[in-house]
Amino acid sequence: MATKVVMEALSPTMEEGRLVKWLKSEGDTVAKGDVLAEVETDKAVMELVARADGVLRTRLLDEGQTAPVGQLVGVIGAPNEDIAALIASQPAVASAPGAASAAAPAVAAPAIPAAPAVVAPPPTAESAARPTRLGNAAPKHQEPPLPPPSTEQAQHAQDNGGRPRSSPLARRLASDRGLDLQQLHGSGPGGRIVKRDIEAAVATATAQRPATAATPRREAAGDFADVPLTQLRKTIARRLAESIGPIPTFYLTSEIDLTRTAEMRQAMAAADTRLKVSFNDIILKAVATALARHPEVNAHWLGDRIRQFNRVHIGMAVAIDDGLITPVIFDADTKGLGDIAAESRELAARARDRKLAPEEYTGSTFSVSNLGMFGIDQFTAIINPPEAGIIAVGAVEDKPVVLDGAVTVRKRVRLTMSCDHRVIDGATGARFLQDLRRMLENPLLLVY
Amino acid sequence: MPVVTYRDALNQALQEEMQRDDRVFLMGEEVGVYQGAYKVSKGLLQEFGEMRVVDTPITELGFAGVGVGAAMVGLRPIIEFMTWNFALLAMDQVVNSAAKMLYMSGGQFNIPIVFRGPNGAALQLSAQHSQAWESWLAHIPGLKVVAPGTPYDAKGLLKSAVRDDNPVIVLEGEMLYNTKGEVPAEEYLIPIGKAALKREGEHCSIITHGKMILVALQAADQLTKEGIRVDVLDLLSLRPMDVEAITASVRKTNRAVVLEEGWEIGGIGAQVVDYIQRECFDDLDAPIVRVHQVDVPMPYAKNLERAAKPDVPKTIAAVKKVMYLDQ
Repeated sequence: MATKVVMEALSPTMEEGRLVKWLKSEGDTVAKGDVLAEVETDKAVMELVARADGVLRTRLLDEGQTAPVGQLVGVIGAPNEDIAALIASQPAVASAPGAASAAAPAVAAPAIPAAPAVVAPPPTAESAARPTRLGNAAPKHQEPPLPPPSTEQAQHAQDNGGRPRSSPLARRLASDRGLDLQQLHGSGPGGRIVKRDIEAAVATATAQRPATAATPRREAAGDFADVPLTQLRKTIARRLAESIGPIPTFYLTSEIDLTRTAEMRQAMAAADTRLKVSFNDIILKAVATALARHPEVNAHWLGDRIRQFNRVHIGMAVAIDDGLITPVIFDADTKGLGDIAAESRELAARARDRKLAPEEYTGSTFSVSNLGMFGIDQFTAIINPPEAGIIAVGAVEDKPVVLDGAVTVRKRVRLTMSCDHRVIDGATGARFLQDLRRMLENPLLLVY
Repeated sequence: MPVVTYRDALNQALQEEMQRDDRVFLMGEEVGVYQGAYKVSKGLLQEFGEMRVVDTPITELGFAGVGVGAAMVGLRPIIEFMTWNFALLAMDQVVNSAAKMLYMSGGQFNIPIVFRGPNGAALQLSAQHSQAWESWLAHIPGLKVVAPGTPYDAKGLLKSAVRDDNPVIVLEGEMLYNTKGEVPAEEYLIPIGKAALKREGEHCSIITHGKMILVALQAADQLTKEGIRVDVLDLLSLRPMDVEAITASVRKTNRAVVLEEGWEIGGIGAQVVDYIQRECFDDLDAPIVRVHQVDVPMPYAKNLERAAKPDVPKTIAAVKKVMYLDQ
């Protein structure tokens, strides 16, 4: 039985993908899980993997071309199998590079994620052997079973209003781990996604993630508190939004003395080269610590309520060749400076290589952007909704300042916080910045 | 620890409770001179005399009613039904008098009575004498229902039943009377309303009661050989039921098989499943499967009777089904 290779939804918001590079040639033998091609999504370059064993019989999309999610881009089958009918059943029309977004809607009906169901791995010997699997080894950690023929799954998914069938436990586990059920294959009856499928997906994801990578976590109950809107808060939100854009933003700037932070940084580097951290790392750590004390700032505007987070996940804006992306340092308030330094370096590097997984750039509760390395003194950053604030970091510079009645040279930096006024009032933001300033000017407070 | 039969464990419980409290007396068909149809009351007539071990005519409704009356005026009767199949004739006294008296007298009359006897099928006793009545009895507010499957549980629960100030139904089993098990020499009680985890495993929960505990444990043994380890939860009490124990087990294993001797529709298992879906919905990885008697009057023919009863192979098949191992 031949298996279609389709453009899969490789990011939560992906509607089409550009085939960057084929890694397998026509005629190559492929195994389930082998990487067939690199695909550029709206966020990153991701891997398109084989969903069945066999031979890659044909490639229907050229490198550089774009196809909507769900589009047939290849076929895996037995060497002599007739695949003409399969191809004919879904003509592979690819748009030229550049014309992608205009052409996509016309090519196929909105190919939103019901698509994985189109992938149809054939049953194999392994699935037939499954019932005896438990007899061989400790069954608590079962080998991930093979998905059943998912044409059946597709049929059932359609019966189910397009939602994949799944057990309540599987839904809960998927939600806890931030997995999209649409991306998973169910091994239960009728293609039902069950616990072992989630475990298999988690095992795969863990195996693929570099050891140094961040550990993204999804929000669980207890990680935040939803604050209902008072009438006053509703009025503030409505009136201010009428006045200035959908996000009524105001800006607070504070010039902070980093002299002692600079001394600490030098002392650390002198003590051990492995303790080298940047000003930005220290600022990230200070922001995280301050956010942990100010949940009213570490918040999202959700339209009908404000969500205040008890955990601190900082989005760190990173410039890449053709835009920017915001990888997340999860639970930054609980991490040491060294961890933050290592993680931010590693995330930034992979962001520039466009190798971030979607869960690594979603889920932030607050953001920090830094243009100091470009010599920018101060700037205002644009809020990344639904977050309520972002801090823009300028250059750290030697400046003459008046201290105890005398002019001396000090290290100074300007931080500007953009605040969503629907969530953060002027005094609220100012108190937060005050705390942040106190920490950065007395960096030993970070140790405590 | 001494090993005794289920029959003797019950006998010990009766003897100890009658020695402890002279308001306790035993009444029923053949309990005295004949020493009990199943010899559960052996020696009691000799020890306690005719006033406390009372032989009755074949009048289930009558002696059940005498028992309720005695309980109203301060005695603590134990009413033995030769089998619960015969107790159908006494249901009006059990359901309408014993269970409701406290409520309808505005709290004036407690009915500290025990109704006990063998429940469910034995072997080739045919349709009228092979029935499991626990779902009828557990249905009634005002009754407590226990169903011990081992000598240890039988003794501890019967003693608790005698000491309870409300009507308690004790469901025994004809096929259980000869089974043996360890019973401590020293006195103990088993609280009504608590289940017991008889086997621990992480893959699936088998939830059962009464004589089906023996089936469940055999199934568990065979499954272990295939590397499947199950929780076997013995409910012991059917009303009140230990919902906490049920949910703790299912939350651990994410799967449940509910095994009972009686029929499917409106069975005890249906109630267990309801508790699970309410309390553990997000923990379930598979639909719960029930194992029960086939929905027919019990056949007399040996082969058909065997086919109709829940058994070890059916239980094993159910466990594999909820583990998705049957595909």
